[in-house]
Amino acid sequence: MSVKIKEYPGTPLREEDLKQGKVLLVSYWPKARYVWSAGVAIGRYLTELKNGRIVGRLCSKCGRIVVPPRMFCEWCFRPNDRWVILKDSGVVNTFSVSRITADATRIKEPLIPAVIQIDGTTDAGILHLVGETDPEQVRFGMKVQALWKPPEQRTGSITDIKCFRPIER
Amino acid sequence: MSIKKRVAVVGAGMTKFMRRAQETGKELAYEAARMALDSCGLRIEDIESVTMGSAPDAFDGVHMKGEYLIDGAGAWRKPYMRSYVGGGTGVFAPIHGWQHVASGLFDTCLVVCEEKMSSCRPHPQAAFLTIFDNLTERPLGPNLVWIFALEMHRYMHVHKIPKEKIAVVSVKNKKNAMDHPCAQLAQKITVEDVLNSEILVWPVQRLDISPTSDGAAAVVLASEDVARKITDSPVWIDGVGWNLDTAYWTNRDLYYPQYVENAARMAYQMAGIKNPREEIDFAEPYDPFDYKELHHMEGLMLCEKGEAPNLAWEGVTQRDGKLPICPSGGLLGVGNPIAAAGLMKICELFWQLRREAGKRQVPGDPRTAVAQAWGDLMQVGTVVVMRA
Amino acid sequence: MTAKVAVIGAGMTQLRSITPDLSYKEMMFEAAVKAYNNAGVDPRKDVQSFVCSSEDFWEGTSIFDEYVPDQIGGSLKPVCTISGDGLYSLITAYMQISSGLIDVAAVEAHSKASEMVSIRNIMSLALDPIYVRPLAADPYFVGGLEMARYLHESGNTREQCAKVVEKNRGNALRNPYAAHPSKTTAQEVLASEIVCHPLSRMDIAEAADAAVVVVLASEERAKELCENPVWILGLGWCSDTPCLEAREWGEAVYARISAEKAFRMAKNVQSKDVDLLEIDDSFSYKELQHLEAMGFCKKGEAGVLTQKGKTAPNGEIPVNASGGSLGMGYTFEMAGLQRLCEMVLQLRNQAGERQVKNVRTGLVQCWRGIPTASGAAMILTSERS
Repeated sequence: MSVKIKEYPGTPLREEDLKQGKVLLVSYWPKARYVWSAGVAIGRYLTELKNGRIVGRLCSKCGRIVVPPRMFCEWCFRPNDRWVILKDSGVVNTFSVSRITADATRIKEPLIPAVIQIDGTTDAGILHLVGETDPEQVRFGMKVQALWKPPEQRTGSITDIKCFRPIER
Repeated sequence: MSIKKRVAVVGAGMTKFMRRAQETGKELAYEAARMALDSCGLRIEDIESVTMGSAPDAFDGVHMKGEYLIDGAGAWRKPYMRSYVGGGTGVFAPIHGWQHVASGLFDTCLVVCEEKMSSCRPHPQAAFLTIFDNLTERPLGPNLVWIFALEMHRYMHVHKIPKEKIAVVSVKNKKNAMDHPCAQLAQKITVEDVLNSEILVWPVQRLDISPTSDGAAAVVLASEDVARKITDSPVWIDGVGWNLDTAYWTNRDLYYPQYVENAARMAYQMAGIKNPREEIDFAEPYDPFDYKELHHMEGLMLCEKGEAPNLAWEGVTQRDGKLPICPSGGLLGVGNPIAAAGLMKICELFWQLRREAGKRQVPGDPRTAVAQAWGDLMQVGTVVVMRA
Repeated sequence: MTAKVAVIGAGMTQLRSITPDLSYKEMMFEAAVKAYNNAGVDPRKDVQSFVCSSEDFWEGTSIFDEYVPDQIGGSLKPVCTISGDGLYSLITAYMQISSGLIDVAAVEAHSKASEMVSIRNIMSLALDPIYVRPLAADPYFVGGLEMARYLHESGNTREQCAKVVEKNRGNALRNPYAAHPSKTTAQEVLASEIVCHPLSRMDIAEAADAAVVVVLASEERAKELCENPVWILGLGWCSDTPCLEAREWGEAVYARISAEKAFRMAKNVQSKDVDLLEIDDSFSYKELQHLEAMGFCKKGEAGVLTQKGKTAPNGEIPVNASGGSLGMGYTFEMAGLQRLCEMVLQLRNQAGERQVKNVRTGLVQCWRGIPTASGAAMILTSERS
């Protein structure tokens, strides 16, 4: 049929058409606001971040220690067993170097998002930023450690860790 | 598994894929649905059920977007549902349609996929912030491209893939798209162009990515009882599969899409395919980024893990190669209105297997093909096998 | 021909006005554990498909389906999301089983309504952006307009609508799952402040948080796994126009068509054979409108039936013995599945204090809420045929 169809519908517009008022515009700013319950697992995770600690959970059936914590093991499908206080160091599982922010704005100083496998966990990792280093120096498997904000600046958020910085060369 | 009814695609249609369309979401859906009906000579009265696929409501800025699109999709006073698995929606919607007909409840089902990303201003990219975990990830201000870059980098690291062997996919697809009348980004570029393009989130560069787009596509499904009355050459949906991996994407090794393999196994089992490399004539895996095409080729078991870049580099995946991949031009060339892009691949399979793809026609006698979509936080694989 | 499919298990958390102690994941896990235990299945081994209901803007997260698999046992398994009421997800799972592709499926829906701070703004986001939103009206105006037209056409009265509230909130007193049981009188309802005439505050079901999981199986597997399967006899779903301007305001056409399809599919079942109805009452007048649309009484009769107590749990046509959304709490996309869970308990004679006598066949119905005109209906039975 695609050979037989001559015209494909669709009227492309350019950004200029909007700016020059060639097309009528209706603007709307949604006010969608939420208050999310962190629940038992993430509630404790965030509270401990404020205390300067990273916590995970252990499933004694399969032996996995996971972070970010949850109250159940998704592979065994059972409630998991206990909290584990983890070291705040880890290893870079994968990383990238970003020249853009969340809304695609260009930035001068690149950010280095990474998945950091926290020491002592099984196949676990958390999303964070690698910092205090030149992007060229970052390697797969590099050892890193959390750089915490001073206690009075912590709010119980993942950003209580400023970044993970390389330890040992 | 004991499938009772065979289901065929009997008609297809799509709009142009554009960065910014004048048409509303309803109008885009209508145009695609209208074309799909016209292509097989059916009227809306002949359609017994309608299913919609559309990805984040945040783009269109309409909550319960599925409801808003009802009239455009031809679903007035009909059974109508909207399924949603992120980027995998485009290939899940026809699977959902297949379920409507294979269940015995309906003889016909109209599947429509629509996306209007341009409504989100200043740039649709910003809406992607809300797909990340609200408590453990959003405070870091992640950009969607970060997660692709992390996966791409891991894939390149594990298999020691040089960037050129990935860039060649972007070159191929944008060139293939020059023969697609709806294409948004068809152009002749070189591997050099890709490697010199702006670095966004290393190793992702500007020409590695497909754009945000507006567009819609639609297909008409019919049970075997009625398919042959509607058209002389129905294309059968012989395999369906879908699979969702854990939300904890940072707890996974991103170098391999296990969920795509699981979905493919499900689809191949239903289709009776034991050796995909031999039995699949061409494929349309999801290619929002060039490396994704390769990643998914491996997940679809069309080659060994780590081998896909070599096949691309050697020209095996060109339209006239031994295993054509994305003869349509894919998302990289045609455009990426998320759900509609996946359904576009189904339309491509439909047109190719009926020898109606014009300049894009894969040579030889293709009889069996597979389309695949992907989505979420590196999580979902949706796979459909179609046969002439 | 469609296959026989049964509900073999269900699990629901208690509906609560707020749940600050639990995340939605933890609530879903609780419902899932209850359901799988009730069905006697291991989700990692026995369940072959998982279908969840959600809408991004109720959750505050885009592509919400990303976050569903783990807590219901669906990681690396076939999982999908339907943007619709839980009953739609159930219907999707039904189609998956009926096609022969799978034998056992799990269906999930939940509500964390308490987490939506700007609920009216979020509801407004569902209104047409060009023609309706610029009017900047409280989105409940859609309910007000419909109630006004419906009462005008049917001849039912505000007092009769208020009686529905009295009945349902009273029924909820016998339901341990309910969030808003109370001895509310029709007078109190009529005296409550007007939200959008003639809709008053107490005509509107208050929101609640909860999660529910239901397990379905093919005939063969149901007989293997379950001693008291609940069979799905018929189903139907329908969407009327989303355009407010083009709509039939007096009749719930989507309910009429859904019920027609469900009865046609159920073959030997007629309205008089239905022992219990669990239908949408998210607004008081909706219960009356749905009863009439689905053919359980003539237009204009539902109000009188309610007043005379015919729809009470011990009446001729028991409606919403669970307490409905008015008594249990309105749970958005979970509403239909919540009613289904109640119906399963009733059909299995496990509804405790609120058990209705001699319930063998029931009808469950849902409406997707403002500003939609979409809904689904399902007929279930505990009888083997």
